[in-house]
Amino acid sequence: MDILTLSRLQFAFTITFHYLYPPLSIGLGVLLVAIEALWLKTKNPLYHQMARFWTKVFALTFAIGVATGIVMEFEFGTNWATYSRYVGDVFGSALAAEGIFAFFLESGFLAVLLFGWDKVGPKMHFFATCMVALGAHFSAIWIIVANSWMQTPAGFHIVGEGLHARAEITDFWAMVFNPSSMDRLSHTVVGAWQAGAWLMVSIGAWYLLRKQHRAFALASMKIGLALSLTASVLTLVTGDRSAKGVARNQPAKFAALEGHWETGPQAPLHVVGWVDAKTETTRGLALPGMLSWLAYGDAAKPVTGLRDIPQDERPPVNFTFQLFHLMVAIGFTMIGLALWAAWALWRGTLENSRPLLWLLVISVLGPQIANQAGWWAAEVGRQPWIVYKLLRTSQGLSAVVSANQVVTSMVMFTGVYLLLFAAFVFLLNEKIQHGPDETDLQPTGKHALGFKPAPEAAS
Amino acid sequence: MNFGSLDLHTVWFALVGVLFTGYVILDGFDLGVGVLHLFVAKRDEERRVFLNAIGPVWDGNEVWLVTGGGALFAAFPNVYATVFSGFYLAFMALLCALIFRAVAIEFRSKHPSPRWRWFWDRSFALGSLASTLLIGIAMGNIAWGVPIDARGEFAGSFLGLLHPYALLMGVTTVALFAMHGAIYLGLKTEGELQARVRARINPLIIAFILSYVLLTLATLLYVPHVTEAFRREPWFFALVVPVVLAIANIPREVNRGREFFAFLSSCAAMAGLMAIFGVGNYPYLVYSQPFPEHSLTAFNSASSPKTLGIMLTIALIGLPVVLAYSVSIYWIFRGKVRLDKMSY
Repeated sequence: MDILTLSRLQFAFTITFHYLYPPLSIGLGVLLVAIEALWLKTKNPLYHQMARFWTKVFALTFAIGVATGIVMEFEFGTNWATYSRYVGDVFGSALAAEGIFAFFLESGFLAVLLFGWDKVGPKMHFFATCMVALGAHFSAIWIIVANSWMQTPAGFHIVGEGLHARAEITDFWAMVFNPSSMDRLSHTVVGAWQAGAWLMVSIGAWYLLRKQHRAFALASMKIGLALSLTASVLTLVTGDRSAKGVARNQPAKFAALEGHWETGPQAPLHVVGWVDAKTETTRGLALPGMLSWLAYGDAAKPVTGLRDIPQDERPPVNFTFQLFHLMVAIGFTMIGLALWAAWALWRGTLENSRPLLWLLVISVLGPQIANQAGWWAAEVGRQPWIVYKLLRTSQGLSAVVSANQVVTSMVMFTGVYLLLFAAFVFLLNEKIQHGPDETDLQPTGKHALGFKPAPEAAS
Repeated sequence: MNFGSLDLHTVWFALVGVLFTGYVILDGFDLGVGVLHLFVAKRDEERRVFLNAIGPVWDGNEVWLVTGGGALFAAFPNVYATVFSGFYLAFMALLCALIFRAVAIEFRSKHPSPRWRWFWDRSFALGSLASTLLIGIAMGNIAWGVPIDARGEFAGSFLGLLHPYALLMGVTTVALFAMHGAIYLGLKTEGELQARVRARINPLIIAFILSYVLLTLATLLYVPHVTEAFRREPWFFALVVPVVLAIANIPREVNRGREFFAFLSSCAAMAGLMAIFGVGNYPYLVYSQPFPEHSLTAFNSASSPKTLGIMLTIALIGLPVVLAYSVSIYWIFRGKVRLDKMSY
């Protein structure tokens, strides 16, 4: 394999593994804020118990997220040095802002969130939880701003020529609010909320199936489902906005997402399909005119087809198409599942509906797969560019790194990450089997102060 | 914000230095705790005390490295690109060590089996030791100089980075972090464990001083561009005085049972050492040898003044806030380690 393929594979592998965890932290962060707010407001110790349990799950995801996140930062320099020189002036300030505004906030207050239960009062603890959640969202902002700049560069000019060309910033805010950043940020964040929310729903459903920790499970599912329902609908709204943006700003990617070949009005939307790039055809179930309508609100508007894109500027079409359609299919499934589960919960039939509970147990995989597929579609769909229309991925490699070195690091990452993943699953499973701690129903220390035990806990 | 005629290149040379100094002082002690983990803490409970001494803060400490790396990327993209791609295998080994260490801290006490703990104890200790050694070796190479070609790319090999001067810097860093970690543990432990920790402080100080004296001799003899910097600006030697005083103060404070002041002295000494390292190398970020004209400096490898200005605004808004809440968090977790059910 050549160095380009190896470097791309390594980046794909390490970012895919990394991205299992930050969405969980972002989603669980929002849920922890909600749970602690309920604890402060109602003084029902059940919420104290929930906060304690979900904090432990949060800690587990956060630790691996941080450890594997450093890898991502390093890889820009180690494997993509030419790209780093090219974008450093623009991209660097976003990364530096991420460190200063997001990571410090997150990691600093995480200490209070995890270890501060007996050191600070309930309100201070709640404040720390809010700061951790805020920090997690901040870090999403800056990294997605940077990534969106690679999709739709703005606020820069090119200095130098040939090998010495690089982008220099001219307008910081135009860089931050580049044409795709806000749509992609909102879509990514609600996708992350789903990851956290469905994890909570899934574990709650498991306890109900096993007839364990009933009060805890029901309360967790209520909060989890409230967020999954909201987030899954918002995912659709933000996804639509995002796709419209792709149609405007990245016609090649848009055509690949939909396997659209011939420029023209009444462009069809494929529900499922298979793309043959050799014969330049897409076969499958298509709704006529829908793509034009979704992209521009008018079926008569033309959509650019891949035949109008030069051969050497087309992304891998079928791969992008399938990933995108997988994401969309899961997105709709999650909305349906959230509605069904919310309805069952409201009618009081949830506990007895075992097929639904089983579906909810595996629901945790839905947002994870959709988040990954969506990112793969976004990044593969940008190919062959690393910075859209400015720098090709093949031009971004490190000049001095050899294929052997990349193979060495690939082997290392594969081994280390498999071990980490096994340990993570083992510990998460152990936490779930152990369940919420009964003693947490009688809060002690500073959390007991001023908090009268609720009748439930006193009896 | 408009910074007028301010020399932004020098300001960012200093600020990147400040971020890495923050990293060395803060992660320095928790890496040091890792280096001592297997040797000083023997029983399971003692090892938990060690882990929980750094438990609430190690993660925030590591963020200084992430932010320092981000600042280097933003302010000096050419240095970032050259060093990270040039030191490829060394950085991959560093990543591996940091990952194992981070996860070991988090995972070790979450499962009671002795074999599980045996494995993660070793991951934590070896990960800490390897990280420290590699950081020292990297600094040694930066000071010594590395081969850079006319394009500004690294022209050496991985094994070429492991020369005696760099290894000596690596060993010095291990001794320094272990000393710093032992002093920090003195602050966090009590009773018999504290007595054992304290017994290690003086030998570690001596080990550090010996290796640092050797390192300084080697620098004076073999690293002319650093010597030259001191010859040009003799007042740089004034930095050495507070470092010597701070180190000499450590055993005195330990003997009087004032662990906190011992720790502050150790922090001050490390800040001074980093300052000496910085002024000795200025304006070089990566010194090139045998072709000094290819060196990467604060002036020829920086981002545009516009970006440096934007980032200075970000840093001026962000850093005071970061410092304020970092201090509050250290304050919340002051005092001896008490194990409870949320502990590692």
